[in-house]
Amino acid sequence: MKGLIGRKAGMTHIFSDNGDEIPVTVFEMGPCPVVQVLDEEKNGYNAVQLAFEPLEKKDKNKIPKPLRGHFAKSKIKPHRRLQEFGIDNGESIKVGDVVTVDIFRDADYVSVSGTSKGRGFAGVIKRHGFHGAPMSHGAHEQFRHPGSMGMCVQPGRIIPGKKLPGHYGAEKVKVLNLEVVKLFPERNLLLVKGAAPGPVGGVVTVEISDRKKKRVVQEQEGARKK
Amino acid sequence: MTPLEFVESQYLKKDVPKLEIGDTVKVHMRVVEGKKERIQVVEGVVIARKHGGVRETFTVRKISSGIGVERIFPLHSPRVEKVQVVRSGVVRRAKLYYLRNLKGKAARLAERF
Repeated sequence: MKGLIGRKAGMTHIFSDNGDEIPVTVFEMGPCPVVQVLDEEKNGYNAVQLAFEPLEKKDKNKIPKPLRGHFAKSKIKPHRRLQEFGIDNGESIKVGDVVTVDIFRDADYVSVSGTSKGRGFAGVIKRHGFHGAPMSHGAHEQFRHPGSMGMCVQPGRIIPGKKLPGHYGAEKVKVLNLEVVKLFPERNLLLVKGAAPGPVGGVVTVEISDRKKKRVVQEQEGARKK
Repeated sequence: MTPLEFVESQYLKKDVPKLEIGDTVKVHMRVVEGKKERIQVVEGVVIARKHGGVRETFTVRKISSGIGVERIFPLHSPRVEKVQVVRSGVVRRAKLYYLRNLKGKAARLAERF
């Protein structure tokens, strides 16, 4: 299993064994039942479809009827979210299995993706990191403006892709290779070092990172000889 | 208990050092130098406590060779070995930042018994 759906619970810090403070983001992950297994033969690729957060009976109108049928087919209560995740070759997993935070037990690094906080219609300083104009030296009414748009008669138009104000945030953001610090399987919690996209309570998907592994610490003696 | 409260509760000290604003304290810090570990003691007045839960910190101010020095300690850090209250002061506010503008005799606090 390569990933799981969860919610961001917020940030805090914890202490390591030698007393270091580690900033962590806490995620409440799953548990996610398997709704569908896709295989090479039938679908062209291997994956499983996981569901997240079961819906109460009163909320059953929150998902469309075709999806309700999809859940009924695999005899699983309707859930709020559905997402596919890759599986390792030859991994045996079937519909109805429940995937928990335990899959991160041997993971060193994970990638977290979520929807970033919406900033609405933002100016160029917030949106593109422009530096703005001088606050003094006679500057007036132009403090946070984008400045020059381009050249003059030649080319006589604005170059496509010019960074301008506009809607910013509320888009999918993925942060790669965050270190797994700790698990609390009894509460379905995953603690990851550093910040993750989205507001507290936002839905995130966490995938085991296959690009980065924990660095093997060299023997002290060997390092000194060099 | 929210997930965040649960995580923090795992790292809280069982016996939280008892200290109040205005106390003169000796903070015993565990310091690692190379491979050796020793205890360093910092003495001064507690001028602030900030944040909550496992993130709570306190600020100790002392005058070191004529220069005011402040150190911020995480209350629940395992490196803060113990905190000894030497003397308690009478104070009427939660943050004693006004001490920064005072020196010598004016920067003393009346003792509370």
